[in-house]
Amino acid sequence: MQNVFDTRNNPQLAWAGIALVAATLLVLPFALTYAGTFWVRITNQAILYCFLALGLNIVVGFAGLLDLGYIAFYAVGAYVYALLASPHFDLHLPFWVILPIGAAVACLFGVLLGAPTLKLRGDYLAIVTLGFGEIIRIFLNNLSQPVNITNGPQGIATIDPFRLRTFNFSQRETILGLDFTGPVKYYYFFLAALIAVIVINMRLQDSRIGRAWEAIREDETAARAMGINTRNIKLLAFAMGASFGGIAGGMFAATQQFISPESFILVESVMVLAMVVLGGMGNIWGVVLGAVLLSFVPEILRFTVEPVQKALFGRMLLEPEVIRMLLFGMALVGMMLYRPAGILPSALRKRELEGGKT
Amino acid sequence: MVNGLTLGSVYAIVALGYTMVYGIIQLINFAHGEVVMIGAMVAYTVIVTLTGAHTGLPPVLIVLLGLLVAIPACMGVGYTLERIAYRPLRRAPRLAPLITAIGLSIILQHLALIIWSRNPLPYPQIIATVPYQLTSTPNGATITNVQVAIIAGSLLMMGGLLLLVYRTKLGIAMRATAQNQEVAGLMGIDINKVISLTFVIGAALGAVAGVMVGSYYGIAHYQMGFILGLKAFSAAVLGGIGNLAGAMLGGLLLGVIEALGAGYVGDLTNLCNLASWSNALAARCESDPNLTLFGSNYQDVFAFLVLIAVLIFRPSGLLGERVADRA
Repeated sequence: MQNVFDTRNNPQLAWAGIALVAATLLVLPFALTYAGTFWVRITNQAILYCFLALGLNIVVGFAGLLDLGYIAFYAVGAYVYALLASPHFDLHLPFWVILPIGAAVACLFGVLLGAPTLKLRGDYLAIVTLGFGEIIRIFLNNLSQPVNITNGPQGIATIDPFRLRTFNFSQRETILGLDFTGPVKYYYFFLAALIAVIVINMRLQDSRIGRAWEAIREDETAARAMGINTRNIKLLAFAMGASFGGIAGGMFAATQQFISPESFILVESVMVLAMVVLGGMGNIWGVVLGAVLLSFVPEILRFTVEPVQKALFGRMLLEPEVIRMLLFGMALVGMMLYRPAGILPSALRKRELEGGKT
Repeated sequence: MVNGLTLGSVYAIVALGYTMVYGIIQLINFAHGEVVMIGAMVAYTVIVTLTGAHTGLPPVLIVLLGLLVAIPACMGVGYTLERIAYRPLRRAPRLAPLITAIGLSIILQHLALIIWSRNPLPYPQIIATVPYQLTSTPNGATITNVQVAIIAGSLLMMGGLLLLVYRTKLGIAMRATAQNQEVAGLMGIDINKVISLTFVIGAALGAVAGVMVGSYYGIAHYQMGFILGLKAFSAAVLGGIGNLAGAMLGGLLLGVIEALGAGYVGDLTNLCNLASWSNALAARCESDPNLTLFGSNYQDVFAFLVLIAVLIFRPSGLLGERVADRA
């Protein structure tokens, strides 16, 4: 994959390849609409998962800090959007104001989580972040008393969609003879945002900060000896990862128009982690691939599992949801045992994970 | 307080499972909570079948039989876990076994879901609970026979474990392996066997804890292991991970903190205490005297707060020794 897109050594092939991918991505929603608007929604969700996975990749892949409560930032972003753009408090701010606020609040939470856990390594950090994720969820569930902030387990409904003056993302419209349904509009917006995030991530990885993260991941003590301010750099990793999660959360709230604490359970954190691990920790394209795979496979399963089981046994034995989770678990275990660096491993990670004890 | 002690002794037993494994291979066995869950489920099946069959056995015997089936089942699970997921990765970077553990915990949860359905199972209360008064006042503290059994049982097991680790050959082998695997191997200790045994013993304790939780709360659920495991881990950290006595102390302490915390936080944060400050507040308190900021539904938060506090202020735990960072 890398070779095809090598603009330096083989520019013609590379630009042709990029053009092909771009064209595919542009036409994709219309092709999917033929199969059903449902599939466009799933694609949008997949893009959101790419966001999350890329955000988590900063924390886990670049800086090597295992975060099991990542979904909390997604939740924070979603709730910020929901509270500022819904009839719940009767606030209706435009989305381009809320998304940065959501990112900032999530970033703040990232620092809140990061600050006390700076000294911790590996497994301790995993548990504390896991606990943090649960705390956030418990609070979301219970903050309906005495002052109703989050509306408790019922969640917040009728959240505003994205709106730019008269251009409403949730309405169907015909532009230039093409039929744009709501999800298709969101698709283009999300795609543009995703490309921006990927570019930011690539630039980050090669930057001074990115190299500092890598150094911390490889050997924190040595990194400190080299004059890296490990405290600030680690905090930065948490903060940046969290803000991506926050933005994704805002987008999620806007597309779903309904959120409740149910959407932010631990399993979601694990799923995002599975995407990062499956694709290849530290490799941006690998992470995107992992996110796309793990968002589509369950949906495909949903459509195939039932008929197959009916044909084989005459009735439903296992629900698709259960099979999905079993596959997740097995994917996590199997990947670690047989291909610990992921489908598309990053060069450094590969050396680290496959080269035995470091 | 009694509730706290009961809960605490269960936490302590689960925490022992974590701390033993951590002590020997410096690895958090993320799936340990699931082992506890499996224990509760297996015992549930045995108890329900035996009760349903009208065998005429005394209830206590039925529960004991349930335990006797659950313990080997969990031992099997513990052994398999170690064999499949941990042994091949013993020399891998620490992130790898952690991720396999999460994966296994998901697999175990959903296998349990398939076998025992996704609904909470009502644990049959075949042993009638008899409350005993501790004080002479009618609304004073009481303790039930089930609570007594749980506390006594866990104390017994803790004692047994301490004897095992500090007085037997196997215990010496375990402690040697914990200190230095290579050297222990050179001294003729079969390291793989010792580590497997550690997992198996931890799992057996987990099975007992599972039955205790099941009969105490009267409910078993395929997701019960997760939060229990998390709290027990907090307890292990509180006491100093890798330290057996620490895990017991930590478990008991955590149980008491949680019970007292959940009991008093509502009163402490009751906004009506501040009613004199504002008229609007006083007016609301007229209609609803329980205007609390944080109610007992925040019970689960305490364990995490304790965990975070310990990790910040005393990372080695109450009874732990300071260990140098492993780079």
